[in-house]
Amino acid sequence: MGMRKVAVVGAGMTKFVRRAQETAKELTWQASRMALQSCEMTMDDIEAVCLGTAPDAFDGIHMNGEYLSDGAGAWRKPYMRSYVGGGTGVFVPIQGWYHIASGLFDVVLVVAEEKMSSYYPHAQAAFLTIFDHTTERPLKPNLLWIFALEMNRYMSTYGISKADIARVSVLHKQNAADHPCALLGEANISVEDVLNSEVLAWPVQRYDVSPVSDGAVAVVLAAEHIAKRITDKPIWIEGVGWNLDTSYWTNKDLAYPRYVEYAARMAYEMAGIKEPRKEIHIAEPYDPFDYKALHHLEGLQLAERGKAVQLYIDGTAARDGNMPVCPSGGLLGVGNPIAAAGLMKIAELFWQLRGEAGARQVPGDPRRGIAQAWGDLMQVGTVVVMGR
Amino acid sequence: MTSNHHAFPGTPLSEDEFRQGKILFNHDRLNGNFAWDTGIAIGSYLAGLKEGYLSGSRCAHCRKVVIPPRVVCEWCFRPMDTYVRLGDTGTVNTFSLCYVTWDVQRIIDPEMPAVIEIDGASPGHGILHKLGEVDPQALHIGMRVRAVWKPAEQRTGAITDILYFKPTGEEETR
Repeated sequence: MGMRKVAVVGAGMTKFVRRAQETAKELTWQASRMALQSCEMTMDDIEAVCLGTAPDAFDGIHMNGEYLSDGAGAWRKPYMRSYVGGGTGVFVPIQGWYHIASGLFDVVLVVAEEKMSSYYPHAQAAFLTIFDHTTERPLKPNLLWIFALEMNRYMSTYGISKADIARVSVLHKQNAADHPCALLGEANISVEDVLNSEVLAWPVQRYDVSPVSDGAVAVVLAAEHIAKRITDKPIWIEGVGWNLDTSYWTNKDLAYPRYVEYAARMAYEMAGIKEPRKEIHIAEPYDPFDYKALHHLEGLQLAERGKAVQLYIDGTAARDGNMPVCPSGGLLGVGNPIAAAGLMKIAELFWQLRGEAGARQVPGDPRRGIAQAWGDLMQVGTVVVMGR
Repeated sequence: MTSNHHAFPGTPLSEDEFRQGKILFNHDRLNGNFAWDTGIAIGSYLAGLKEGYLSGSRCAHCRKVVIPPRVVCEWCFRPMDTYVRLGDTGTVNTFSLCYVTWDVQRIIDPEMPAVIEIDGASPGHGILHKLGEVDPQALHIGMRVRAVWKPAEQRTGAITDILYFKPTGEEETR
């Protein structure tokens, strides 16, 4: 298709915390600065900036992208903010990718930020406005409803137990104990702890859910001829995909995310991947809830429908397993500052594939990984395949 | 890079530090008041609710009946041809027992949101509503339910004209 190769050459992130002293702009700047420093670049080298941040309602600022622009170094540069709900964090690097793949720019800064603590007392209430204002909102829904409804449908369709789903939360939180930025890393958590946690919206319990957080992540993308000058270890973006399902979420199959499948197939085709279960060495599926990681692994064609939990039961998903899942600790462990959480997965693949993930390093020189995010009203899938 | 980078930016604050005013903050309340036009398709849906029935729209090309009704078919992008009256009974597609309200207040008796596939709509086509007059422990996917309506004089043409859905008690086929 005449597209240029694009590499990730640098990455930076802030700690993910429940409430950060820094403002959204300050977090954005800190992640951006760290990403630039990691590849010894300055803002002068950056030709365009892509920013991802989720709903304006969290910050209470209309046109939040423009508000955050100084923290992202966007002044006097082509600048664009993208937003596809929770899918934003993996969409914004896709946007950066096509800026470069198209030949329009050579070096792009991609930054994702979320400060959820500003919404007081709890960001949960901001989510009410994602439901249809006439046919759903008068029922006073909360965001947990749709996850609980989808989780129940998923469990019941395939006969999966709560105890098995809890393994996801346990593995991710254990993995996060090795992440220096993690909010909820817990090395000694057990399935019983998850099953004994507060019931919020059955079948969803406290430990099935990722925490609202503040944080920012940034990566630097470069065209091939620049990337090879900057680093010996560029990590290539080999495939991208994104796809949207219906807004009428009560009209579709809640047990299987077909939109994630379509996004994944688009990315696999671009990357030349025929057998994802053999060719993907690390998976970072979106895991705001534990069952969602399973749901998404199936959508990504990394497990048969209803069988993703077997990867956790037989150890395949463990950090030293055949296909580690969320070695970062994921949203369940590192935290869930919406847009930043998705881009954290891209940063994790960058570090893992370069062999720079420290205590979290997956053994065996992994060559290829996939990151995926999901969002809007249970309807968007965004996928990036990365390799070295 | 995390292996050779030990100091990450970001300063966590505890909720106590915040509440006790150890840091400065500015509190504000946004004023957002809206009056949404119901439009053509949802307008007809709400008119039906006021009369005491549920309705959907039908695409003759795709042979689909969807609820709530809409003016355009998502599959073929042709106009939806007709609005059709549906039953006020259905089948529980999925449900939850929710112990927190929309603003995260804890409650003892759970709310029971559900997706209910409405009789007369195409298979798998449901709406979000709540269940009532049912033992939470007896609730299950596949349960047959019927709408419990507000009295006619209290109906305003809103989704809340249905109070909730309750079990019909009939034999289940799946």
